[in-house]
Amino acid sequence: MAALGRAALLLSLGLVAYAVVAGSYAAWCKRRRLALSAQNALVAAFVAAAVATGVLLRALASSDFSFTYVSAFTSRELPLTYKLTALWGGQEGSLLLWLLVLTGYGAAAVLLDRKAGRELVAWVVPVLGVVAAFFSMLVVFVSSPFHTQVAPADGNGLNTSLQSPYMQAHPPLLYLGYVGLTVPFAFAMGALLSGRTDERWIVATRRWTLAAWMFLGIGQLLGAKWAYEEVGWGGYYAWDPVENAALMPWLASTAFLHSVMVQEKKGMLKVWNMLLVMLAFSLSLYGTFLTRSGVLNSIHSFTEGSIGPWFLGFICFVVASSLVLLFKRLPLLRAKTKLESLASREATFLYNNLLLVALCLTILWGVTFPILSEAVRGESVTVGRPYYDFFLRAFGLPLLLLMGIGPLVAWRRASSRSLGKTFLWPFAAAVSGGIGLLAAGAGSSIPGLIAYTFSIFVAATIVLEFARGTQARRTLSGEPVPRAFASLVARNRRRYGGYVVHAAIVMLAIGIAGSSAYDTSHSARLARGQSLTIRDYTLVYRGLTSKRSQNAIEERATIDVYRSGSRIAVMHPGKNDYPIEQQVSNEVAIRSDWLTGEDLFLITEQVNANGTVDFKAIINPLVNLIWLSGFVFLIGSLVALWPDAREERRLAVRYGQLPQEA
Amino acid sequence: MLTAALVLGALLAAAAVWFVARPFLAAHAGGDRLGAPDSGRLALEEQRDRALAALKELEFDHRTGKVSDEDYRSQVGELRRTAAHALRALDVGREESNTDVDDQLPQL
Repeated sequence: MAALGRAALLLSLGLVAYAVVAGSYAAWCKRRRLALSAQNALVAAFVAAAVATGVLLRALASSDFSFTYVSAFTSRELPLTYKLTALWGGQEGSLLLWLLVLTGYGAAAVLLDRKAGRELVAWVVPVLGVVAAFFSMLVVFVSSPFHTQVAPADGNGLNTSLQSPYMQAHPPLLYLGYVGLTVPFAFAMGALLSGRTDERWIVATRRWTLAAWMFLGIGQLLGAKWAYEEVGWGGYYAWDPVENAALMPWLASTAFLHSVMVQEKKGMLKVWNMLLVMLAFSLSLYGTFLTRSGVLNSIHSFTEGSIGPWFLGFICFVVASSLVLLFKRLPLLRAKTKLESLASREATFLYNNLLLVALCLTILWGVTFPILSEAVRGESVTVGRPYYDFFLRAFGLPLLLLMGIGPLVAWRRASSRSLGKTFLWPFAAAVSGGIGLLAAGAGSSIPGLIAYTFSIFVAATIVLEFARGTQARRTLSGEPVPRAFASLVARNRRRYGGYVVHAAIVMLAIGIAGSSAYDTSHSARLARGQSLTIRDYTLVYRGLTSKRSQNAIEERATIDVYRSGSRIAVMHPGKNDYPIEQQVSNEVAIRSDWLTGEDLFLITEQVNANGTVDFKAIINPLVNLIWLSGFVFLIGSLVALWPDAREERRLAVRYGQLPQEA
Repeated sequence: MLTAALVLGALLAAAAVWFVARPFLAAHAGGDRLGAPDSGRLALEEQRDRALAALKELEFDHRTGKVSDEDYRSQVGELRRTAAHALRALDVGREESNTDVDDQLPQL
């Protein structure tokens, strides 16, 4: 069936090429039927990519080792779910997944957003087509997943790091995020190409951007959870370049989601918003380049590939062409209004944007500098944790504070009297909380104490915003509190969904500060019956067992955990030996205390020949708030994403009943 | 197996060609011209919506205590004027386009 896969990919390439050529001509000459035909080509390309993906999945599931890709990334003993998720285990499959998601997004966007205006969508189609053509070209000519061979008896198996439930969701979610950013980029370019720089491209892409941003956020959290449980060094984020690759477009799109509100409300920041969309999309391409080109030696970049120069060329083309286009359309993007006051909501959004972009660019520099150094000077340089930690504190802490300040400041301008009134309670809560934490001993880490104090300020702001909003709604409608609260959120989904997301970021900040600034670790070599003590835990090593699973030999230690003299748990840290993959993985044991949010984390570092075992025990305070924040983030994002029927009607009136130009 | 793959591939290609050609095959009311909305009118609609949303926001911020009475009074007038200006301009546009249609009616 490899022939069918190749044919489907070739067909997909032909269709997206048609979408580019016919779509551009149709948009240029304003030919309606040709524009529709180009749109249909994009939809058909998705079907062709889906057929190709189906062929590869079938080969993976049936262990058809005549496919080079299948033998390179699976083995007969691999469980079925991992055989299927090997789709993104290698470069060729990942690129195919990119193409499938891209054409899927493209087809959905042009079909669902037709109301945005046919003449705008007509220009969006060729832009989406260009991106899809690039990925089609890669999977057809450069890195095909349908190369065949004489089938070997068994395959090489899947990288053991990928044999985790988190890895079944993390990469596809990141792809949904990365690729989703193509849609706002395509609409932004469509607006510039058509010269229609009104708000339609923003209205059309609002939900696509939010969805892509949500997928990127959840994908990163799942990646962090995977690193925490599977990589086994006790942390969850190591500022690895490939981790940063997903963080950068997320930061850029976070900035865009805020600044786009200033454009909607005040008609300002039009050029800045275009730049942010371009930045976010270029960074998503750069992230894929980092992950898939083999340019980095990272545990995440599982492949050495030949696609690096292609990607670099395409990124240069995207950046150069979009900047030229933006420059040509600058006269259309001039704002008619100005910032009225530095103490206004729009000003806080501007500060937030500057900090987000500064953080994004410092991370970009940290990721790129070692690559440049090696390419230009032949010297291998590492940008380590201190660099990133410094900038995270320098830009992240003010960002956290701004998250509390922004909602308290009115649009346009705010007088000092009203500012004093609205700031009073959050400020009092933060100061008293900070003093309390200092008294409780949190002063051992100043950044940690600042993060906690700012988090209290933001949390108080969020509570106050919900309380004041509900009260105002109650006064207006006479509804009981629960109903007033529900209608408040329902009528302002983006605002209150955003506040829920802010609450998730507060939880994340507390979790990060707690686990990184107040953690404790202790290592010891233990013989059977010996113990180690860490804070109020005593860990007694009881022995080692070994058993065979479907595709690994699992070796586990037994540790009795005592607290205040009584046994509270038995933990089994160990190692897995994968004979086919010829890899050994650390299998950590974690005991979570959901009341305090704390984790006891055990690593079997080494099993010695004399029967002793080297253990490492870590206590990570509040780390579980990080994972919990993911759920809150998801809820907030979904609230913000949920369509508002009244707004839909208003937009339908605005865009649906307009007279057409001759 | 190869034959089956080729047949399936050919069927897929034929279906794609039919789908892409569909806009040319179907009978469409209206011409082949890709219309665009009146950009001046669109700008006015956006201006009106922006001013009305700002008014709503100001009312809400005033009610929640974020905007003092003094700030409210100094801003509400200007926002009302902006919204009224956009509404008036839109009304004028509507009347003009209605007049055009009326003028054309006797000729049809």
